[in-house]
Amino acid sequence: MALMLKLAWRNLWRHPRRTWLTTGAMVFSNVILVFMISMQVGMYQMMIDNTLRASTGHLQVQARGYLEDQKIREVVPQVKPLAKQLGGELDLDTVAPRAAAFALASSADRSYGIQIVGVEPMAELHVSSLPGLVVEGRFLEGSNTEEIVIGEVLARNLKAGVGDELTFMGAGRDGSFAAAVVTVVGILESGNPEMDRSLAQVPLAFFQDVFTMDGAGHDIVILAPDLFQVATVKSEVEALLPTDEDLVALDWEQLVPGLKQAIQADMSSAMFMYLVLIVLVAFSVLNTQLMSVLERTKEFGIVTALGVSPGRLGRLVLLEATLMGLMGLVIGVVLGGALVVWFSFYGFTFPGLDEMAGQFNLPDRIYLPVTLFGLLFGPSVVLLASILATLYPMARLRWLEPVDAMRAA
Amino acid sequence: MPAVRCVDVCKTYRQGELEVKGLDHVSLEVGEGGFVCLSAPSGGGKTTLLNAIGGLHRIDSGEIWLADRRIDGLGKGELASLRLHQIGFVFQAYNLIPVLTARENVEFVMEVQGVPPDQRRARSMEILEEVGLKGLEDRRPAKMSGGQQQRVAVARAIASRPTLVLADEPTANLDSHTAEQLMELFVELNTRHETTFVIATHDQRVMGYARRIVRMLDGRIVDDTEQEAA
Repeated sequence: MALMLKLAWRNLWRHPRRTWLTTGAMVFSNVILVFMISMQVGMYQMMIDNTLRASTGHLQVQARGYLEDQKIREVVPQVKPLAKQLGGELDLDTVAPRAAAFALASSADRSYGIQIVGVEPMAELHVSSLPGLVVEGRFLEGSNTEEIVIGEVLARNLKAGVGDELTFMGAGRDGSFAAAVVTVVGILESGNPEMDRSLAQVPLAFFQDVFTMDGAGHDIVILAPDLFQVATVKSEVEALLPTDEDLVALDWEQLVPGLKQAIQADMSSAMFMYLVLIVLVAFSVLNTQLMSVLERTKEFGIVTALGVSPGRLGRLVLLEATLMGLMGLVIGVVLGGALVVWFSFYGFTFPGLDEMAGQFNLPDRIYLPVTLFGLLFGPSVVLLASILATLYPMARLRWLEPVDAMRAA
Repeated sequence: MPAVRCVDVCKTYRQGELEVKGLDHVSLEVGEGGFVCLSAPSGGGKTTLLNAIGGLHRIDSGEIWLADRRIDGLGKGELASLRLHQIGFVFQAYNLIPVLTARENVEFVMEVQGVPPDQRRARSMEILEEVGLKGLEDRRPAKMSGGQQQRVAVARAIASRPTLVLADEPTANLDSHTAEQLMELFVELNTRHETTFVIATHDQRVMGYARRIVRMLDGRIVDDTEQEAA
């Protein structure tokens, strides 16, 4: 094997310029793939993380059917004790109960339809990014105080500021009239104008009183330690849910299907571009290997006459392509990795990112994550494609007739 | 038992509309340790017969035996294995692998045979010394003369200790002095190891070394003469 390896390596350098050109094509595509895939991974992670931290969390426990209809009657009974129990069993402090209702909010001048959300202020600090996005005033403090934080667009629409009073009116869980007067203690700017248009949060206990919830809520929001553990935590939560209640655990893909669809759509178009790039590189390798086989026809004829099987010659050609592919992979990963490490510290931006950043709660710079997936996935596919591109030159060796081959010029 | 036995072998080529008889009812026996020259003008059938004996050509009819094994019906893989282990080929063009050194060229066939590295190395050094290339083991073919390259090709052919060496115009590209040296080497190997040699040539100098000359014309054997070797 050592001699075969030596032979394959030296064969590559019979035509150094050709080998470097083909390897260069691989390096170029690998650097692009490492950078682009790392950027995509980084963007998706931020999109998912920021969106979920601003709204749904990774997982929610809800009454079955609540997600579709959002009816105030479809509740998680005794939501606070259950949230506390789940947090204890899962050994997570990132568990928070919530309740929500639609209401009409009125200031002295104007009225707007909003979704008012009851939250546990202390628990919310662990699961949501919103408490940190208060741009004026403060976040909620008391558990049963008549205070509210609202989105910046809603505040503008209602012409309300910190210290102003708002009245909201809606229907309670039992169908009764629910109304209260609250003081605006903070104004939030989530970065998503759509969200800021209807965002309103009050303390959960106060919400439960006003909307006659009788201790119930609508969601228990859970943040898993990271995205990759969501499925595990979900199955643990499902096992912990009380059997006498019709409750379900829903993950973020079920809660925010639009987010996943947006990612999938973006990924599909990117994958098509990557595929084109990889196919071009594969053709370059095919061309190199085919030329390399054709110009050695006589030599292959001789060694076949000596008793070397076409299969072994094919493996030699495969080894040559693999060595070239590995060179492209190593150099590409080193250069691409250096680029990714640089942008992981200093961030990366491009025209149009501001707009997208607003839509998906992204910062205006993307800090690329250094992940094995980002570094190796693209180059590994290029390596595989290079190896596959060698199958045709290998197949030609199977049809080689030693006597005819030896006559080749 | 003969080392090579051809019985009524026929082989026809098509050249456009024409059918050319490469081998026309050829029968030949070469005993173990024989040293035979196939002599013919160009197109006389000597290379075709050599290739048929080496399993490189399919024959149309007849039988070819190497020792007690009939080979004309064997598959491609079996023939490759036979050539690898039992037959050594020497060609007119030396056809060494240019990126390997003399020693590595010799070792290459042994590696394919599965010989362990230390044995490979020892054997290749021994054979290169035997063919007079001691000290040139680490040279690549481009840095060697034609005669030296042909010696490496001979070393490669005999590295696997074949029982039969088939040589096709081995001296065609060599000057007379180098050709003589090569033939003396063949004779020595034939004498020392009792390796059977079948050499296709139309070089009179080469024929002088043979103990038997088989003359061919138009694919037929026209003369078969034993002689005193030089």
